[in-house]
Amino acid sequence: MCGIVGLFLKEPGLQPELGALLSKMLVTMSDRGPDSAGIAIYGNGTAGLIKLTVQSDTPAQDFDGLDVALGTALGGDVTVAHRDTHAVLSLPSSKAPDARAALAQLRPGVRVMSTGDSIEIYKEVGLPAKVVARFGIDQMVGTHGIGHTRMATESAVTTLGAHPFNTGSDQCLVHNGSLSNHNALRRRLAHADVHVETENDTEVGAAYLTWKMREGATLGKALEAGITDLDGFYTFAVGTKDGFGVLRDPIACKPAVLAETPEYVAFGSEYRALADLPGIESAKVWEPEPAQVYFWNHGAPTPAGKAA
Amino acid sequence: MQSFNLQTQDLRDLNAALQAQAEETNQTVWEVENPRGSHAVAVGLNAPIEVNVRGPVGYYCGGMNQQATVHIHDSAGPGVAENMMSGTVVVEGDASQYAGATGHGGLLVIKGNASSRCGISMKGIEIVVHGNVGHMSAFMGQKGTLVVCGDAGDALGDSLYEARLFVRGSVKSLGADCVEKEMRPEHLALLTDLLAAAKSDAKPDEFRRYGSARELYNFHPDNAY
Repeated sequence: MCGIVGLFLKEPGLQPELGALLSKMLVTMSDRGPDSAGIAIYGNGTAGLIKLTVQSDTPAQDFDGLDVALGTALGGDVTVAHRDTHAVLSLPSSKAPDARAALAQLRPGVRVMSTGDSIEIYKEVGLPAKVVARFGIDQMVGTHGIGHTRMATESAVTTLGAHPFNTGSDQCLVHNGSLSNHNALRRRLAHADVHVETENDTEVGAAYLTWKMREGATLGKALEAGITDLDGFYTFAVGTKDGFGVLRDPIACKPAVLAETPEYVAFGSEYRALADLPGIESAKVWEPEPAQVYFWNHGAPTPAGKAA
Repeated sequence: MQSFNLQTQDLRDLNAALQAQAEETNQTVWEVENPRGSHAVAVGLNAPIEVNVRGPVGYYCGGMNQQATVHIHDSAGPGVAENMMSGTVVVEGDASQYAGATGHGGLLVIKGNASSRCGISMKGIEIVVHGNVGHMSAFMGQKGTLVVCGDAGDALGDSLYEARLFVRGSVKSLGADCVEKEMRPEHLALLTDLLAAAKSDAKPDEFRRYGSARELYNFHPDNAY
């Protein structure tokens, strides 16, 4: 099964509540998947700085003194904000290309969950309520976010197998379904020099979209190409630095509900996830069409719409 | 009138109370408030009662219904009125996928749109959709009637047995072995009755009829892949 939620705020006044609203939506979907849970949250970044969200199984050891060690290795200021098994490293954007290698050298046990100007990804094994609580996600502020609770099918129940997946800067993907051609696609991506970390099918999907966008496609076009190239069942929710999108495969077995008000666009695997949102009674609520890309962007003030 | 508020009362208690109603019950009208997308609201009923559900429901509302009228005054999730035997289920809003799946009897009315696989494997149920239906509707339909006042999606009536399909608008594509058929007086009479029962003001002569070409009943080498 798996449960997916997404919330894209159009009304800036709701930004302080993003974490709380999204957490509640995700916890409501717990019975669609108890294995692991994760949230990608897009907060306000700081100009000139990039954020790496990292994870460690031995956080006390790995994150202690990491700011100084990484700062020295990179030759710039690094700050570390520690949250349970995760930490957000802020460093000068110019140092970003070297950061992964330096980190692997300094702290081999540390895994990178996300990189980007505004994205932070928190994910762990366990029920959504537990995952939300350990990272304090309900306190987080942001413009949009995506959450996922997993019932594992294609790969092991591990932190790295949890969603969301981030493969390109500020991009993330969550998935309900299963991709059947992920091994073939992984080989294609390897030829194009796209790195895929795990055995997970969704990560391949995320890497595919990143690759398409690297080749010049917009997110909408990348998703459209996915309709041809990705074989399997999927409802995807995707996030970019300032956008949020939804796509279902042409068969559309996996459920999806969208809701829109002047204040927000919300997505859930089921209506239950949306039931507590403010003003949901008067929202436009509908089921997204199969093989149709839906995309909203903070950069584009035009009414919500479908990407061509 | 009996009232149930699912914000404060338990769904299992609601279904137990509804399922406990006998044919001669005097508790004939029930109001269900705040379903908030709950699954399996008012399922397995077997008494001539009326249940009004005020708000959106999740999976399988009104499933396995016998005799009862379940009126959902909002939208319904997947599998509404699944395997209905008799009675009536009305959805004022939209219905998600496989509405009325495998239904043996009764009437399902959807006043909005139904998404994919509406009436899949229908076995005698009558379904009237005021809006559109999605792809693969009436897939492997064996018996009963699907009336679509709007448009039908891809592969309508794929691998159909004997279910009767009527569509007023466009059909994106017909499924394997589904063909357009002549509209005869008995079909217009059937449509007149169903549209009246479903409170639709569509005119029977605006519809086209589709059914099985019956080419898949017996093995034919050309049908093998």
